Amino acid sequence: MKLDDAPALEERSLYEVREKIYPRAVRGWFAASRWALVWATQLVFYGGAWLTWNDRQAVLFDIARSKFYLFGLVFWPQDVIYLTVLLIISALALFLFTAVAGRLWCGYACPQTVYTEIFLWIERVIEGDRNARMRLDKGEISANKILRKSAKHGIWLLLSLWTGITFVGYFTPIRELVSSTPGAWETFWALFYGFATYGNAGWMREQVCKYMCPYARFQSAMFDKDTLVITYDRARGEPRGKGAGKGDCVDCGICVQVCPTGIDIRDGLQYECIGCAACIDGCDQVMERVGRPLKLIRYATTHAMEGKRTRILRPRVLVYSAILGAITVALAASLWLRVPLKVDVIRDRAAIAREVDGGLIENVYRLQLMNTTEQARAFDINVTGLPGILVWGENITGVPAAETRMVPVRVRVDAATAPGSHPIEFTVRALGVQGVEVREGAVFIVR
Amino acid sequence: MSEFSSGFWDLYIALVTLVSIVACAVFLKSQSVRKVGAQSATTGHTWDEDLAEYNNPLPLWWSWMFYITIVFSLAYLVLYPGLGSWRGTLGWSQIGQLKEEQQQADKQFGPLYRKFAATEVEALLKSPEALAIGQKLFLNNCAQCHASDGAGSRGFPNLTAGAWQWGGDAKTIKATITDGRTGVMPPFGAALGEQDVKNVAQYVRSLSGLTADAIRVALGKEIYQKTCVACLGADGKGNPALGAPNLTDQNWLHGSAEPVIIETITKGRNSQMPAHKAVLDEAKIHLLTAYVLSLSK
Repeated sequence: MKLDDAPALEERSLYEVREKIYPRAVRGWFAASRWALVWATQLVFYGGAWLTWNDRQAVLFDIARSKFYLFGLVFWPQDVIYLTVLLIISALALFLFTAVAGRLWCGYACPQTVYTEIFLWIERVIEGDRNARMRLDKGEISANKILRKSAKHGIWLLLSLWTGITFVGYFTPIRELVSSTPGAWETFWALFYGFATYGNAGWMREQVCKYMCPYARFQSAMFDKDTLVITYDRARGEPRGKGAGKGDCVDCGICVQVCPTGIDIRDGLQYECIGCAACIDGCDQVMERVGRPLKLIRYATTHAMEGKRTRILRPRVLVYSAILGAITVALAASLWLRVPLKVDVIRDRAAIAREVDGGLIENVYRLQLMNTTEQARAFDINVTGLPGILVWGENITGVPAAETRMVPVRVRVDAATAPGSHPIEFTVRALGVQGVEVREGAVFIVR
Repeated sequence: MSEFSSGFWDLYIALVTLVSIVACAVFLKSQSVRKVGAQSATTGHTWDEDLAEYNNPLPLWWSWMFYITIVFSLAYLVLYPGLGSWRGTLGWSQIGQLKEEQQQADKQFGPLYRKFAATEVEALLKSPEALAIGQKLFLNNCAQCHASDGAGSRGFPNLTAGAWQWGGDAKTIKATITDGRTGVMPPFGAALGEQDVKNVAQYVRSLSGLTADAIRVALGKEIYQKTCVACLGADGKGNPALGAPNLTDQNWLHGSAEPVIIETITKGRNSQMPAHKAVLDEAKIHLLTAYVLSLSK
């Protein structure tokens, strides 16, 4: 079909100017839960940078020296597997939570939600609630308007700047950052992150979820008919309105006014819904006032709404839980059993084998010892795998705290050893510490 | 290269780039409006029986981002090289950036190296810090031939034994690293003949106390005193000025077995220590000298 031939055509822009959303303040169990998570996440974020451990910042991602410090743990670039596993755990947790109860992450814990909540609170304290804000925006420019607007943006900017500084403080020690003139890159990233906070939480808000966030879109793939989603009970609510013969919904519109993405939950599940449950809190307040049963809008599964049985423990949930549990246990065990020493063995390539005094055959290796603890340690190097094999000369090496030493090691065997290559094994053991021992295989070549 | 490039291609590429950018802008503008039926809220396509897509408009700022990228690309092409042979008003170049980074590195590490360069080798031998840097330099530049422990292998001198073919004082070692060495043992196979080569080989073995045939030793000594003495000396102690090795100690660059010595005498040897002045600066060679000396201490 050619569009030009169709009757009643209209020229329409592919773009539209965003209509600003003025979410109304809401109180209730779900709002309180969100605020609890705001406090929990932000205390960790703003406070965590200031904790000290072993005379250094407890949580520090030192990119220049390629060391990540996490309380007692020091991660080296070789430990990137832990980061990978952490990301896999995060992804699986997202899958699991979403399958069970929809966009829990979006509604309660996502930084976009959390910062928008904080910024909205500041906005509400200065400009008032929904109606006052709408009046203020529509009104003429006045001293009051300029004062309130500049106060709001001023506080937003200060908070954003502090957020940016805190963020950079996880990469450059935060005490150095605030006590001396910061470097060019630190300044850039603090301003960049601060600007992103201000822009996303102050101006972009729901648009980040609607147009930018990829998770928002693919989470719907994890929904099924047994997923708890925020649902309007159509059977109970309709027909809406006041008076006899009407349903429980009084059509007050509170659920729309409190919605941070500006949708009407009564139209059913929509991709814009971030699952914040503000409409549940809002509706419950109204239901209480008009003396009707609560939970006209509630967390419910599609099956429950259709009057069918809901199965929380379905294969999808069990499989996600099993994998998540297994990987989490594996990560914890691996961290617990982690040996704070890494050894690389590099065999000298130019000199295959040399004959030395006393009719012995010698091979030379370079051992790279990485002491991943924060104490200086001495290591003892031994070798096994051939009769009479031994490390020639000094076999004890000191390595300073969190440093690497390259140690040339001579290994000798009896000349009677059969020609060819033989597998051998180095054992590097920390002196005076139990259980710090690494075994690393190598090859010994005779002629 | 000048045959293959002319001013024309610069202009051609610049034109293609600019036309593409302008075309992008025109395309964006032309695509921002679409005629649709007033009633239809969907794109009109249906997939999998009942899946339809809403034709929701994008936010206006989204289209600004497209235009901002166009402005950005034009600004970039003014500031940086990219448009034909235009060098950009900032004067940035890869070489310039490399030089800047080298200066940065020199600012960071320069003082440390200069401090070491101004210190006597004897003093460096007592500085663990200097020797640690020396070891890193050695492992990166020398260990390929001399092995990680400095003990060398066949044909590559052992630096840990205190036996120095060219002299073992700091100045000589430094000269060896800086300018390299060429060690030549001329071939004598044709001049001496098989039997005499064998006799000399037996004599050479006897010099360092290795088992040797007494008769051949006596015969070999005679030939040695005529033929080899000029370089290796009457007592076989060698001559560091020529790089002639000491035959009386237990250090054998190529091996002490009879066939190996016979091969050395018959065919001669040509050994090369490459010069490192082009690879390493003076301060690094100074540190390496100290480290190499420390190997035999």
